[in-house]
This record gives sequence, structure tokens and C-alpha cells, in this order.
Amino acid sequence: MALFKSVVSRITKGLARTRESFVGSLRSMLSGRTLDEQLIGEIESRLIQADVGVQTTRRLIDSLRADYKAGRATSGEDALAHLKREIKALWPESDRRIHFAPPRADGSKATTVILVAGVNGSGKTTSVAKIAKALRDDGKTVLLAACDTFRAGAVRQLEIWSDRLGVEVIKGQQGGDPAAVAFDACEAAKARGVDVLLIDTAGRLHTQDPLMRQLTKIRSVTAKRIEGAPHEVLLVLDATTGQNALRQAAHFTEAIGVTGLFLSKLDGTAKGGAVIAIREQTDIPVKFIGVGETPDDVEPFEPEAYVDALFAE
Amino acid sequence: MFERLSEGFSDALRKISGRGTITEANVREALEEVRTALLEADVNLEIVNTFCEEVVADALGAKVTKSLKPGQEFIGVVQNRLIELMSPGGPEGAAPAGVLRISPGPTVVMMCGLQGSGKTTTCGKLAGYLKKQGRTVMLVAADLQRPAAVDQLRTVAEQVEAEMSGGAAVSFYSEPERVAEYGQAVGAAVEVCVNAVKQARAQNIDTVILDTAGRLHINDELMGELQRVNSSLQPHQIYLVVDAMVGQDAVASARAFHDRLNVDGVILTKFDSDTRGGAALTVRKVTGAPIKFIGVGEKLDALEEFHAERIASRILGMGDVVSLVEKAQEEVSEEEAERLQEKMAKGELTMEDFLKQLRTIRKMGPMKQLLGLLPGVGQALKDVAIDDKQLDRVEGIINSMTPTERCDVSLMSNSRRRRIAHGAGVDPMEVGKLVKQFDAVSRMTQQMAGLGAMGKVQAMRKLQAMGGDGAGMTGWKGKGSTSQASSKSRYKKRKRR
Ligand SMILES: Nc1nc2c(ncn2[C@@H]2O[C@H](COP(=O)(O)OP(=O)(O)OP(=O)(O)O)[C@@H](O)[C@H]2O)c(=O)[nH]1
Ligand SMILES: Nc1nc2c(ncn2[C@@H]2O[C@H](COP(=O)(O)OP(=O)(O)O)[C@@H](O)[C@H]2O)c(=O)[nH]1
Ligand SMILES: [Mg+2]
Ligand SMILES: [Mg+2]
Repeated sequence: MALFKSVVSRITKGLARTRESFVGSLRSMLSGRTLDEQLIGEIESRLIQADVGVQTTRRLIDSLRADYKAGRATSGEDALAHLKREIKALWPESDRRIHFAPPRADGSKATTVILVAGVNGSGKTTSVAKIAKALRDDGKTVLLAACDTFRAGAVRQLEIWSDRLGVEVIKGQQGGDPAAVAFDACEAAKARGVDVLLIDTAGRLHTQDPLMRQLTKIRSVTAKRIEGAPHEVLLVLDATTGQNALRQAAHFTEAIGVTGLFLSKLDGTAKGGAVIAIREQTDIPVKFIGVGETPDDVEPFEPEAYVDALFAE
Repeated sequence: MFERLSEGFSDALRKISGRGTITEANVREALEEVRTALLEADVNLEIVNTFCEEVVADALGAKVTKSLKPGQEFIGVVQNRLIELMSPGGPEGAAPAGVLRISPGPTVVMMCGLQGSGKTTTCGKLAGYLKKQGRTVMLVAADLQRPAAVDQLRTVAEQVEAEMSGGAAVSFYSEPERVAEYGQAVGAAVEVCVNAVKQARAQNIDTVILDTAGRLHINDELMGELQRVNSSLQPHQIYLVVDAMVGQDAVASARAFHDRLNVDGVILTKFDSDTRGGAALTVRKVTGAPIKFIGVGEKLDALEEFHAERIASRILGMGDVVSLVEKAQEEVSEEEAERLQEKMAKGELTMEDFLKQLRTIRKMGPMKQLLGLLPGVGQALKDVAIDDKQLDRVEGIINSMTPTERCDVSLMSNSRRRRIAHGAGVDPMEVGKLVKQFDAVSRMTQQMAGLGAMGKVQAMRKLQAMGGDGAGMTGWKGKGSTSQASSKSRYKKRKRR
């Protein structure tokens, strides 16, 4: 994936500090064990404790048990391979890429708009900084839009990132209309011919109808100003979130048509397993994972590594 | 609130009730459903397992097995266990509410928690809460990491000072020159806190609240920083701020914070979401510390005291009548309620009253959420989409009527109907239907005083249908399985943003 070349190479070089804590060479709880009901029970508990949810866990365990009963899975390694297959099938490679705007008919490059949303404190602003840096490192020109005009210090927070990263930011009045900021940002993006416009929005609960409508409005403003926009709508989901994540995914999708998840805070001990249930129920793929607080701490989502991490000891 | 799984939960209970007696076998069966309900509410797996064992023991106790209504008894057992876990010793045994006050001051309160859990916002809410009690507060910016964290707290402090009632002053302390990029100012927070408390003492400030940076419980360096603040200042209260939407990991993080800091209380934020809130149970059990407050919104007055009974119902997905009643009480004065009651009973309700009531109800939140607060109703509503827009149209129509028309709908002539329709941007037919249905409803409301909750809901249904095309129940469209979650949402009146 061209976009995250830098990130990917950093990972393959094994440099990423975070990799150790998340997907590193940690031993799997499954390695060297015989598969039996006892181990299946442990796997089940592990999935529940990873926030995969009761329903999805049952489904995964039923299919594993079927393989076990049929003699197709006899060891911990087999079980791991089975789960990897199941979970990988949910996320085909093509789904995990960023959708960029296709070049215009005359061959000139078009602006890609990425809208970033999520509940309060999930990591939106930091994730915007991370994506901005990865794109910038990839040689793309980036513009940020500070559409969180509500929370104290939010504009300043994004401004600081823009300074540190050397990318520009369009902002409005504190307390002003975020859709107006989105409008200005689209105009600026077109005028400057930037490759990607990244829109940071205020955190909001999916249950707050007026605020969700405001988000819909931001979306339609971009759609009117830039063809095909938003090309990507990322929902930032905190990996520590439990089953409420499914509600979030459903409601944000209804309001703004989420195209991908950014699973943040995977550098902790939470596994964000709700994304599996989300994929099953609402079809939204995970595109990126956040593994720390600096703009470097982002990785593309890799289903197999993710499953490894679920069972790491 | 009534999700598929808590439906299963009700099924199991129905089974018990049907049999009339409780045996170990059917308790275990019902318990499986309890287990699922708790897991779906994000209670930690280990805690769920212990909990269920305890419930079996209780349920097989003499009281339940001999009960005439074993299903109800069983749910009672479950609920009591939950409440007991969340507030051991009951209301009497509960830790004193509010924030401890040390004399001579300053009382030092330290906030801690994971990134984005709501610490800074909660600092502001607590400051407002204390200000109301006449306690002077100093907010200290000890988050030197997150970009603009200092600015955020400064703004919050200014807002509390300007917007919240109470005479006491709220001040702000920061050392912005110490702010640094991630990982580069670790430890500096300790000095900032020490300096702040020194200044607070000199200024005779009652309470100092330290807003620390969010951190992962596995980050040794940063957790060490908190421990150093703790050992240098010995804060009188350490509050762990936890996002109520948190899942299974609540155990790991709460345990780590508690092990290092011995927290005195927990504050659960974002309870205004539709989370079932199992974290309340987890965190309480792991830390043994009382849940001091819950955060129910982004605004600075959105802080409430914790009530174990309500959260227990919520965790089990059983609705929250108390909240509904409270909401209603917030919106309607007692005299007003009495006046309306009288009018209703006499069948003298006018369009004007109706409009007022409609507005009042709608101020409390979206219709579906309100109805979802009633036990049993959430389940009935699960596949039903309630369209608040239809109520907008009803409001529009009544708004276009003259005061005289509102008081006496029998005045309604064709030309009036056309004028009103024009004003409201609807078809004249709709006006006619509304008037007709209003007649029906006002007759019905006459009987409402004597109805139980379900009857009232039916009445509300009819009211809802008034916004439709007149064909009765069309306000209630079946909507497949992706029903909008009805939820208890304590909408505080908030400014538009
Ligand atoms: N450990 C860790 N922390 C993160 C990650 N992403 C964000 N954070 C932290 O989480 C906190 C909240 O992040 P923000 O980016 O401000 O979140 P937000 O969604 O923009 O928050 P609001 O705008 O207030 O709703 C900050 O302290 C971030 O540093 C991550 O991947 N790992
Ligand atoms: N809806 C809601 N949002 C909250 C609540 N408490 C905090 N927030 C929001 O959560 C986000 C993170 O809060 P903040 O105080 O900055 O968290 P911190 O990183 O722990 O200091 C902000 O957008 C807050 O407005 C709450 O109780 N309800
Ligand atoms: Mg933000
Ligand atoms: Mg903060």
C-alpha cells in the first residue's frame, strides 16, 4: 500500500517499539497445546475478554468446535490458523486501502477528502495528525480542517499538530458553524490544489441527534464543493470501547456513511475486538490502527497480526 | 435498551415464572441469560462468573423457591446483588457523597485515568459543583503532554468562573513553559503540582484539583510520574476517571491505577450515551472505591451523583422509570401539572394546552428514547421507528392557528383550514385530520389519569399517530432489525453547537 510505505517499512524493519507490545513476537497462549474442550473454553474466554461480544464469539467458537469435532483441528496452532482464516476472510485486502479521488478527465489530480468522526475522546484529532504525517511522508500535499469548533482548546490542539508537521490548517471561530469551516476548507483545498483534505470534527455521542445531523451537514457541504467527496469517512473507535462500539458504528454509518474504522489506542491492553462484530454486522472494514500518541504511531490494519495479538500472552 | 439478548433474558425469566418453582436446573438456565445480559453490558467476564455463582446460591435460598412469583423474585435477587456490588452496605453503608473537605485546606484532589476518558472536562464539572457549595477552587494544568491541554483547562476554568452559579472563585494555575512533546516532559508535572499547592495554600484556596495527563496503565514511566505526585503531595482524594462505554479492559486499567495510587473514588463519564454501563460494576469491584459521580454530558453542569439502583436496571436492560419521572419533573411545575390534570379530567383540554404539552414532552428528548425508559416498553418498541418529524408537522399546524382557534377547534371552517395549512406548509386535509384526532385524543386523555404506564403509552401512540396521514398507527413504521436503540439519555438542555 503506497500510502503507508514509510510506516510499513518501519514495521518490517522491526523498529516499531509499539509492535512489541501489540503484535510483536510474543508467545501465543495457543502454541504447543493440544486442542480440547478445555482449550476451546479458554479461547472463548479470550475472545469475550477482547470485547468480541457474545454473539460473534459464539459463532467463531461454533465453527472452531465443528473443525475440532471433525478432526480437522487438533492443536492450538490449528485453532489459531482456523481463526485467522475466519477473521481474514472478513477483511479482504482491497477493503483496507484508502480510497483516493480518481484523477480528473483531463488528467489533472483531484482533491481527496477524508472526513474523520467519532465519539468524545476516541482519538480523532491525534489520528488526523497521524494520517496527515503518513500522507506528507508519502509526498502528498495535505490540508487540515479544524471543524471542532466546540470543545475547549480543540482548534489549538490541531494547530499545534499542523505546526509540528508543517501542514496547513483551515480554522474558524470557536463556537462557530463547523459546516462553514468545512466549506472554507474545501474552497481552500481546491484553490491550492492539495492532494488530501483531512477534516477533524468534534467528538459527539451517536445518540445525540442534532449533533449527528450537524455531521451529516458537514458531509454534504464537502459533497457539494468537491466531486465525489468525502472519498473516505473514517470512524475513530477507541480500542477500549466495549459493546457500545456496535451502536457507534451503526449510528455514524447512518449519519455519514462510514467507509472505514481507525482503531485507536491499541498500544494499551485492550484489543478492540468489537471491530469483528462490527464487520459482521455493518460491513465496515478496519483501515488503520493507532498504537501511541505521536504522529508516527499508526499502522495499517493486518488481520493476521491482529489475531496473533488477540492470543498473545 | 432492550436488545436481543436482554430479550432472551426475559424469556428465561418467563420460563421460571411459568413453572412456578425454582430448581437448580432452571435457575442455571435463567442464569445463562443473566450472564449474557451482563456480558453484553460490558461487565468483565471474571466478575460475571463470580456474580453468577453468588446468584445461584441466593436464588436457591428458601425465599425464592417458595415464592409465588419466582420469576420476579429471581430478578429481584439479581438486581439486589448488582446493587450490593455497586454500593456495598446500601445507602446507609455508602461513603459520604460529595468531595471530602480537609481543614485547614487546601483539600487536594487528583484526577487520573486513560487518554480521552474525560478528566479535563470532569475537573471543570467538579469545580462548578464545589463553587456552588461556596468552596474556592484552583484548577491545575498538570497535563504537559497533550497538545493544547493547558489551553483547554484554562478555557474550562474561565467557563466555570463565568457560567456556573455560586459565589466562590475558581482560579487556574499553569506553567506553560514546561509543556513539551510526548515523552519529553515526564516528571515535570510533579513540580507543577507542588508549586500549585504551595500557591493555593498562600492564597487560602479551599480545594485544588490536579488535571493530569491521560496515560496508559502499562506505561511505567508515566504511571511512576503519578506515583511521585502522590508521594510528594499526598492528595486527599484521588479520583479515577473512566469512560462508561469501556469494555472488558476496564479490569486491567482500573486495577493498575488502583494498585499504584489506591484511588478513593471513581467517576464514570459519558453516561449520557446508550451504554449499558457494566463498567460501573467492574470498576467498583476491582477498586473497591465508591463511584462518586457520573458525567452525563459535555457541558459543565452535566455531573450527577451515582445511584446504584438505576444503573443496575440499566445494566440489566430494564428501563429507568426514575429518570423519566425526574425528567418530567424538571420540565413541568407541580401547579402546571395539577392544572392540566384538572382540565383533562373535565375534557376541557384545548389545542393550546396540547401544544404546550407536546413541547414539554419533546424538550425531554426524542420520543422513542422517552418511551424506552418505561420498563417493558423498550422491548415493545424495538422494531419500531418513531418519526419525530411528524410531531414537527403537528407543531407547525397548531402554530399556524389563531389563539381563538386553538381554544375551540369547532370553529374550524374550510377557509380557516386552508389558511392554516398554507401557513404550516401542509395539505388542508392534514389540518382536518389533526382536528378530528385531537377530539378523539382529548376524550381519551380524560381517562388517562386512571391509566397505568401501558395505558399511557397507548395514549401516546394515538398522540403520535396524529402526525401521520390519519390512518391510525402510521406514525409507527416497522423498521426491520436495525432499530434505533432506545436509551436512557439524560439530555440536559444544551446550547446548540
Ligand atoms: N495511547 C494512545 N493514546 C492515544 C491514541 N490516539 C489518541 N490518543 C490519546 O487520546 C487522547 C484523546 O485524543 P484526541 O485525539 O484529542 O481525541 P479526540 O477524539 O479528538 O477527542 P475530542 O475531540 O475531545 O472528542 C489524547 O490524550 C491522545 O494523545 C493511541 O493510539 N494510543
Ligand atoms: N458526552 C459526554 N462527553 C464527555 C463527558 N465527559 C467528557 N466528555 C468529552 O470527552 C472528550 C474528552 O474529554 P477530556 O476531558 O478532554 O478528556 P481527558 O483527555 O481525559 O482530559 C471531550 O470531547 C469532552 O467534551 C461526558 O460525561 N459526556
Ligand atoms: Mg479532537
Ligand atoms: Mg485532559
